[in-house]
Amino acid sequence: MLYSSIGYYALILGLGISLILVYFSIKNFQNSSTLNTRILSFTFLQFFLVVISFACLIISFVLSDFSNETVFNNSHTTKPLFYKIAGTWGNHEGSLLLWLLVLTLFILIFFLKTKNQPLKYKLLTLIFQQIIIIGFFLFLIQTSNPFNFIFPTPEEGMGLNPILQDPALAIHPPILYLGYVGSSIIFSSALAATYLNLVSKVWASHIKKWIIASWVFLTLGILLGSIWAYYELGWGGFWFWDPVENVSLMPWLALTTLLHCIIVLEKKQVLTSWVIILSISTFTLSMCGTFLVRSGILNSVHTFANDPERGLFILVFLFSLIFISLFIFFFFHKSSPNNSNSFFWLSKETSIIINNWFMMYFLSVVLIGTIYPIFLEVLSSQKISVGPPFYHKLIIPFLIPFLMAMAIGPKLKWIKSNIVDKFYLVLFFAISIVLSFLIVKKFSTNLLINTILVSSALYLFFITLRDFFIRKYSNISQNIAHFGFSLLILSILLNNLFSSEIITNLKVGETFTSSKTKIVFKSINQKQEKNYKSIIANFSIENINQKIEDLSPELRIYNQPNIVTSEADIKTTLLSDKFIVINIVQNQDYFNVRYQVKPFMLWIWISVIVISFGGLLSFFKKEHEK
Amino acid sequence: MKIFKLFFVIYLISSFNHLEASNDDVKSKITKNLRCLVCQGQSVYDSDSQFAISMKVLIDKKLEEGFTEIQIYDFFRERYGEWILYDPKLNKNTYVMWLLPILIFLIGGAIIIRNLILKKN
Amino acid sequence: MKNKLLLIFISLIFIIVFILFYKGLQNTNIYTPETKISNKIPSFKGDLFYSDETINSSNFFNSDKFYLLNVWSSWCVPCRKEHTFLMNFKESKKIEVVGINYKDKKINAENFLIELGNPYKKIIFDQEGIIAIEWGAYGVPETFLIKDKVIIKRYIGPLDEKTAKEIKSIIK
Repeated sequence: MLYSSIGYYALILGLGISLILVYFSIKNFQNSSTLNTRILSFTFLQFFLVVISFACLIISFVLSDFSNETVFNNSHTTKPLFYKIAGTWGNHEGSLLLWLLVLTLFILIFFLKTKNQPLKYKLLTLIFQQIIIIGFFLFLIQTSNPFNFIFPTPEEGMGLNPILQDPALAIHPPILYLGYVGSSIIFSSALAATYLNLVSKVWASHIKKWIIASWVFLTLGILLGSIWAYYELGWGGFWFWDPVENVSLMPWLALTTLLHCIIVLEKKQVLTSWVIILSISTFTLSMCGTFLVRSGILNSVHTFANDPERGLFILVFLFSLIFISLFIFFFFHKSSPNNSNSFFWLSKETSIIINNWFMMYFLSVVLIGTIYPIFLEVLSSQKISVGPPFYHKLIIPFLIPFLMAMAIGPKLKWIKSNIVDKFYLVLFFAISIVLSFLIVKKFSTNLLINTILVSSALYLFFITLRDFFIRKYSNISQNIAHFGFSLLILSILLNNLFSSEIITNLKVGETFTSSKTKIVFKSINQKQEKNYKSIIANFSIENINQKIEDLSPELRIYNQPNIVTSEADIKTTLLSDKFIVINIVQNQDYFNVRYQVKPFMLWIWISVIVISFGGLLSFFKKEHEK
Repeated sequence: MKIFKLFFVIYLISSFNHLEASNDDVKSKITKNLRCLVCQGQSVYDSDSQFAISMKVLIDKKLEEGFTEIQIYDFFRERYGEWILYDPKLNKNTYVMWLLPILIFLIGGAIIIRNLILKKN
Repeated sequence: MKNKLLLIFISLIFIIVFILFYKGLQNTNIYTPETKISNKIPSFKGDLFYSDETINSSNFFNSDKFYLLNVWSSWCVPCRKEHTFLMNFKESKKIEVVGINYKDKKINAENFLIELGNPYKKIIFDQEGIIAIEWGAYGVPETFLIKDKVIIKRYIGPLDEKTAKEIKSIIK
């Protein structure tokens, strides 16, 4: 109980400090030319208070203090310690505390690391960031207090959904938020720079590191979410175009676009308006995503709270931020004079503009697909579902020229370029087409579209690979990142083409035989674990080469809350995953067995790590090495 | 060097033979396009809920009876409404949704071309 | 000047978006399929529970009576609660209660009826759950009020005082 009180009052104090910070910053802005050191101290104090509050919540979870309503709703004495801790941010209130933690941390780091920037710029960034922070403090204290008391204190908690007890999911929110929430700094500093007319090459170099850092975390965060979905949810998929997934993808698309633009702005004073718009949009999309996921307006596997009061708060907050941004952009932004805008049509600037063009298209597809059903329902009371077919139909055709542009673009020089390496560009083009034709012909229908798709991915793959080996790249981090992206698309395509599946009903001791596979349901073990009863089914699977694999999927019957989960058994190798899952069929004594062979799954994860690694390299590159 | 790469890739392709389980393309396509109504955001293909299992049995039956893919979609649309289909039909309600991204793409292209041509002049 | 126009235009768009989201918040997001294309009864073939004979939908429902079609199973907990309301309709001359036994084991279903009483004139045995889908149901329990081979009313979830009263007043 004590910890809940400390945590709560730490939040109230933190809110108070926000107001103090805004006051001092405005005064400092108008008066002095050196930083009032009290501001730095208060920023640190604010962060420290949020840390205390967060720690108190963790402690309450670990101690199973059920007088705290959040702990009561989301924990249970039999939960393992690691998941008690992770349960802190696995719920609506706790995750908002995580939001605050990242918001305050980033502004603190911003202040510590920007010694050389103009004072007014730093102060104004702080002010804008504090506006966001105040909003979240209010939101937390008013509608989502993690430290509500319930009396009398219950004996036991309501438990946490066992699907959420997974290591990947435990670290998914912190990593994701470092990217997602971290884009707040980009938002605040872009607004500050716009107001002070400081959007320039210098500012671009400075903000670039923040963009890369946010981007790397966001990429890894999305990866962790997909890995969790694949290993834990039991349907063998990793991306479903579910609204919550889309909500994390949209800021990523905007951020990637911004990353490319900032590279241009670093070199020349162009695209300033566009950079500002992107900076504002990234965080706006994050906030919009928060709204969609927490307000109950969407229907999804992993929405958080379903509370319209909270939804209304975030909605008003979100649109306040939008209108502030619009105001500042329209009244304070002065476009750069036109004479510096000239570049030849065949140049790196153009290829980046083409990147922007396509990325904005992809962003609009995801945004419209996610939001349109909501609007349609309001206007016409008709409910439609928008799922993978919509996104695939609109995105896949455009991927083809996009991949080609990714291959050729980096090879172009600034301002004006002719294409070197013409021979290799054409040679690889031919090789890609032939190779993909061979691959696709063997295994699939839809020969034409698949061939073209695979060949464009292969093209990017070969070009970036060759560039890497002969060191003919201007920028190693970009080379690695593009290579990773080609690997990602290739892995997804090949996985899609070559995956196969058997669904059948089997009793213990029965065997399923097909022309290529034999599945034997050998036996069943039952065990009582700490907070669930476990039923493990033992299978042995024989494929056409007489190679036998043993797989043991599990069913878990939990006591608190009362649900049954299916844990797939997945054998991962470099070449493919073998995936098996069983389910109870209501009132029958056989099980529903689903066996899938999924090639290249591991490469999908590896490729995203390669992409992030490229970004990471760029982050650590020293200024003078460029 | 390149020859080795080529041979390696061809070897990889030919080693795919032992990876396959059996397949049923049309059924997969249909079940991936239908929403599991008792789940929160999963297709019938992905879901193992009772409803999804029954749906799969029914789809098998309909396919055996000779229903085409479109007829099966119509069958479910009659009983559950447009909500059960993940591929939104192009009708007066949804054409905005399908066309708006394309429109944005074209507008983006127009802006770019205008700026580039303006520069050239 | 041009800038101000653009600002007003974009602000207007965002205001509209805000209103749409605000309205969207008011809607529930639990889907109840109110909008169906037709409410004629579906055509289906099914096996009867007690006799194993196959019946056809065309001769299952006569035109002059009210029918109460109830989807139920022995493993469904809310079905127990609504069962008393179904028993109340058993003796009524105006309405005939029929059942679809959904994804059940015959033994368990029989025990359920022995324990709580059997209100059903006839029961269709839907072991795989596909007849329920023909009706557009997706879970248990669900109940349909039928007259003249048309579905008048549909109840998703168990019957209660209120809905039972409603049925009574309709069949008068």
